[in-house]
This record gives sequence, C-alpha cells and structure tokens, in this order.
Amino acid sequence: MAELTYREAVAAGIAQEMRRDANVVFLGEDVAAAGGVFKATVGLLDEFGPQRVRDTPISEQAILGAAMGAAMTGLRPIAEIMFSDFFAVCWDIVANEIAKTRYMTDGQVTLPLVIRSGNGGGSRFGAQHSQSVENWAMAVPGLKVVAPSSPADVKGLLAASVRDEDPVLFFEQKSLYATKGEVPDGEHVVPLGKANVLRQGDDVTICALALMVPRAMQAAKILEEQHGISATVVDVRSLVPLDTQTILAEVAKTGRLVTVEENPRLCGWGAEIASIVAEELFWDLDGPIVRVTTPHVPLAAANNLEDAQLPSADKIVASVRELVD
Amino acid sequence: MLECRALEKRAYDLFMQNLIKGTSHLGLGQEAVAAGFGVAMRPDDYTFCTYRGHNHTLVRGVSMTQILGELMGNSSGLMRGKGGSMHLTSIKHHMMGSYAIVGAHLTIAAGAAWSAQYRGTEQVAVCFFGDGATNIGAFHEALNLAVVWKLPVVFVCENNRYMEYTAIDQVTAVEHPAADRASAYGLEPVLIDGNDVDVVYETAQRALDLARRGGGPSLIEAETYRHGGHSRADPGKYRPDDEVKEWLSKDPIPRYRKRLTDLGIPEDALAKIEAETQAAIDKATEEAKNAPPPDESIAYKDVWADGGSAWRN
Repeated sequence: MAELTYREAVAAGIAQEMRRDANVVFLGEDVAAAGGVFKATVGLLDEFGPQRVRDTPISEQAILGAAMGAAMTGLRPIAEIMFSDFFAVCWDIVANEIAKTRYMTDGQVTLPLVIRSGNGGGSRFGAQHSQSVENWAMAVPGLKVVAPSSPADVKGLLAASVRDEDPVLFFEQKSLYATKGEVPDGEHVVPLGKANVLRQGDDVTICALALMVPRAMQAAKILEEQHGISATVVDVRSLVPLDTQTILAEVAKTGRLVTVEENPRLCGWGAEIASIVAEELFWDLDGPIVRVTTPHVPLAAANNLEDAQLPSADKIVASVRELVD
Repeated sequence: MLECRALEKRAYDLFMQNLIKGTSHLGLGQEAVAAGFGVAMRPDDYTFCTYRGHNHTLVRGVSMTQILGELMGNSSGLMRGKGGSMHLTSIKHHMMGSYAIVGAHLTIAAGAAWSAQYRGTEQVAVCFFGDGATNIGAFHEALNLAVVWKLPVVFVCENNRYMEYTAIDQVTAVEHPAADRASAYGLEPVLIDGNDVDVVYETAQRALDLARRGGGPSLIEAETYRHGGHSRADPGKYRPDDEVKEWLSKDPIPRYRKRLTDLGIPEDALAKIEAETQAAIDKATEEAKNAPPPDESIAYKDVWADGGSAWRN
C-alpha cells in the first residue's frame, strides 16, 4: 500500500483507467499542461499525451457537450468542471441532455462518461466557489452521484465510475485534497452503490459523505471517549445508487440516525435518507431522526464565519448527545 | 424533398384530427437543406438536429411509419413514444438526436466529431440548427472549440427568418446571424440559398470533404423559410403577407421540379414519383395509426444502461 494524498489519488485513478482502456480520454480547463488548479491531474499529459488529455477553453457547456458527443460515439470521456458551482453554467447539458438521452431514445444511446468536480466548502473561497451541489444532481433522474471521502475511495470509486456505462458525477471535496491515506497498490476498484461502515457502535448511526466523514469519525471518537456514547459511522459514498440496505441495517441496530451533510438545509440528501428510514424503519427507531447540515445560507469567506456555518465535529457531538441523552 | 413534404403535411393533418398530441415543429418549406445534405453525407456521418427535425431524420433512412408512430406516441414509433416529436433519434442510421433545448446540440456534435477524429474514422458530424441558436452561448462555445481542435464538424444554420415568434433581425446584432459571425472564429462566411437543393448539395459536398480531409469545421448559413408557424399552436400571423408570398414563390420543391422539367425529365416520370410518394405516406399513416399504444412497463425502463430505473437497493 502506498500513502497518497486525496489529490494524488485522483491522478492515480484516471491513469489506472487510461492505461487500461485507450477509449478513456480526459478534458477540462487547465487540466493538462497545468495539471489542474488543484494539482489533481499532474503527470497525466506527460504519460498520455495531448490527444487524450486535453486543455479546453473556459467553456463549460462545450466541455460537457464534447464529453457527451464523445461518449455517445464510442469513447469513455472524463470531463472536469473545475468548481462544482460552475455546474450552474452548463446545467442544461447535465440535466437535459446527458441525464435524459438514454431514456428519451428508448435505450438507444449509452453515455459512459464521468464528470469530476471540486465540490464543497472549508477553503475560504466564498459563496460562488464553495457550494456542495451533489443534491442538485441527485434530484435529476439519470445521473449517478458519487462523493469519496478518502484517497483509497477516490481511486477506487473513480475507476468504477469510468467503467460504469452510465453518466457519473464525481464530487471531490476540495478541502480533502491535501489529506493522506493508504491506497491499495495495483488495480483498485470500489463498486458504486456500496456504503462503507467505518466503525460500529450501539447507540447511534451517523451517515456522512465526503468532508463530513472524517468529521463524523472525529465526533464518534469524542462521543466514545468523553461521553460514553458508541456510534456507528456510515460513509454513504454514493447518493445514486444509494445503498439503503446498509443504512437501514445499521440504523436498525442502533435505533437512532443522525445524518451529517454539507448541503444547505433545504432538500439536502439527508432529508431523503431520513424519509426512507422513517418510512421503512419507523418502529425500530428510539428517537427522532436528526439532520446536521449547513444552515440555509450561502457560505461566507472569512475563517470564523465559514467555520460557524459548516457542520463541525463539535456540532455533530452536540446533536448526537441531544438525541441520545 | 417530396417525401419530407408529404410526411410533414400528413403530420399536420394528424394533428388536426387530434391523433397527434403535444406539440410539433414542422419544417415545411425547408426541405432542401435536409435533402441536399442527406444525399451528400456518407452513411456513417453523424446528424445532429433540432426539435424541427422530422426532415433530417427521414433523409437518413428512418421510415415514415416510425416517425409518424413516434409523433402519435404508439408502439410503431422510433422510440415507442418515449421521445416524441422533438427527440427523434436513430443511432442505427447515425441520426444522433433531435435536441429540444436551442443550441445545446452544437457542443454535442463537436464531441462526436472529436471522437471521430480521435478514432480516425473520417466520419463527419453535421449539426443543423436554427437562426435563434446563434444567440445562445453554446453556439459560440462549440464554434470556438471546433476551430481550436480542428474538428470534423459542419455547422448548418437553417435561417428561416424567425426565432420562434420573433423575427431574427429584431434580436440579432448582425444581418446574417451565422455567416456574419464566422470570421470571429477564423472561418469563411458561407451564405447560401437554402431553398435551392443543388446549391445545398454542392456546398455540403465541399464542407464534408474539407472536414474529412482534416481541414476542420465549416459554418454554413442556408437562407430558407418555414411555411407555417413555429409550432403546432402558432399560425404564424406575425409574418407580413408580402413576405410570406415572396417566400412561397421560392418554394424549393416546385423550383426543383421546374429545373428537372427544363432538363428534359418527362412529366410522367415526375408524376410517377409524386404518386409513389403519396402511396408511401398513405401506407405509413395506416401502419402507424393501427399500432397499439406502447406497453406501460417501458415508462420505467432505460433510465440506466442495465435497462432499469432503480436508484437504491
């Protein structure tokens, strides 16, 4: 096992798939010569050349249109949308074209493409470069939605996304790029739609995604050491497909559910999970389902303001204690 | 051209009989652009077109029955009613889709051209769009990328003078919405009579050949006119009478018929083609009309490549 950063795992995952399949191509703004604004794609141009690793103009519609046209004619493109906020610039291609074409054509068109994007807050970029938009994508039928929390999952889930026959939106959390972790050597693939139970406890199940996963793990540690509360932590990993079996099984064991999401409050993915659990597991619950979210406000830029807005380990601890005590 | 005209007149009739629901956008009067390119294109070249795409679909070899069936939303339809009038697609015929968001498909056509270039197949993507699309951001993004990457794509603006209900010259900074912008992307302006099928054919051949030889994209503005309104609900009354009259006199079909007659093609040969076309549309109409509605189960299929729509386990 090698220790890689989350950003190195991105390049490692792309390289693994490009070596395997000559139909995998990669395009985006500043991704080739510059190696990506987050340096997540360094080395790919050198290894695979400018025919396969392509810098584009600042043209998000053209990037995703090109990816779609390429995917429908035999290639397996990976496209980068630099900041996930910019999905708003090209949402037509995502929500109207990529998501719906297979269905509208009665299954004639298959779109094996991946759209990677830097998602989420915590980096002081302000309200137009910090949003968590995975719930936008989750609301559109036809899109798979993946958000890894560790370098190993970045590589493995990215590989699975490239191999998937359907369009996948792959949300990398920007504040995790510098974090490190063990990544299996050799070919590493983590199937989509399989949640990861990171620790098991008796009192509460915490479901989290991306940046909220390490924070939930930190909270679980505090809960155990300082408050005698034992928590299960589930890394949801992919919102579509959603591994409700694992979530329901873990909540059934603890009788309590806390979801931790970075989205603004309204219509976040935690609400969907809460709804499923309430509907299908109501009689096993020992208390109300609690959602920890960012408040329904745009994110601020200043250190203390953004920190106050995003769910922290302490906030998770407080919410769990209120539920369990 | 005759088949296109027959198909769309029939579609109009079926709307009036309430056998076709929803909406539809007819290209009556614009047949020369579709037909000229249809003949010039290689069978494996790609077509991308707009929601006004019945003609473009027909010229790639899709049957009238499948098109009318799709408009009627029954099991004889090209997509068994899951797409409708605005989304005709037949991958088998390299008819890569009819796109209902104005301008979106120019970028997708560029992507197909990129793929052809990468795979070295010498296929060309031909992308038809209306004058209205030239004011969409995606038009400019697609043109720029296609030129920078020297993609084998031919962008064809069917300037029918109206973006939906508004005259294009009322909302556009230049006189020729596509041709006048070509130079902004280092392309030669190409402005042609889109109602002369021979001119369209020759222009198409040149652009396709250039793209196939690695010469990059072309942008063609074909001036034409739609005989009806924007869509089913629109009688097109905003158009001045003398303008309509003038353009009806430039109808591509009688013009071409006269050219053929002048060239010595006998009248009975032309009449025979017309009669055969009429018989074909009658037969297709009956076939499409008599097909049962699609099985309801297909409404829940083909969201994903595994054929299903499950989003959870």
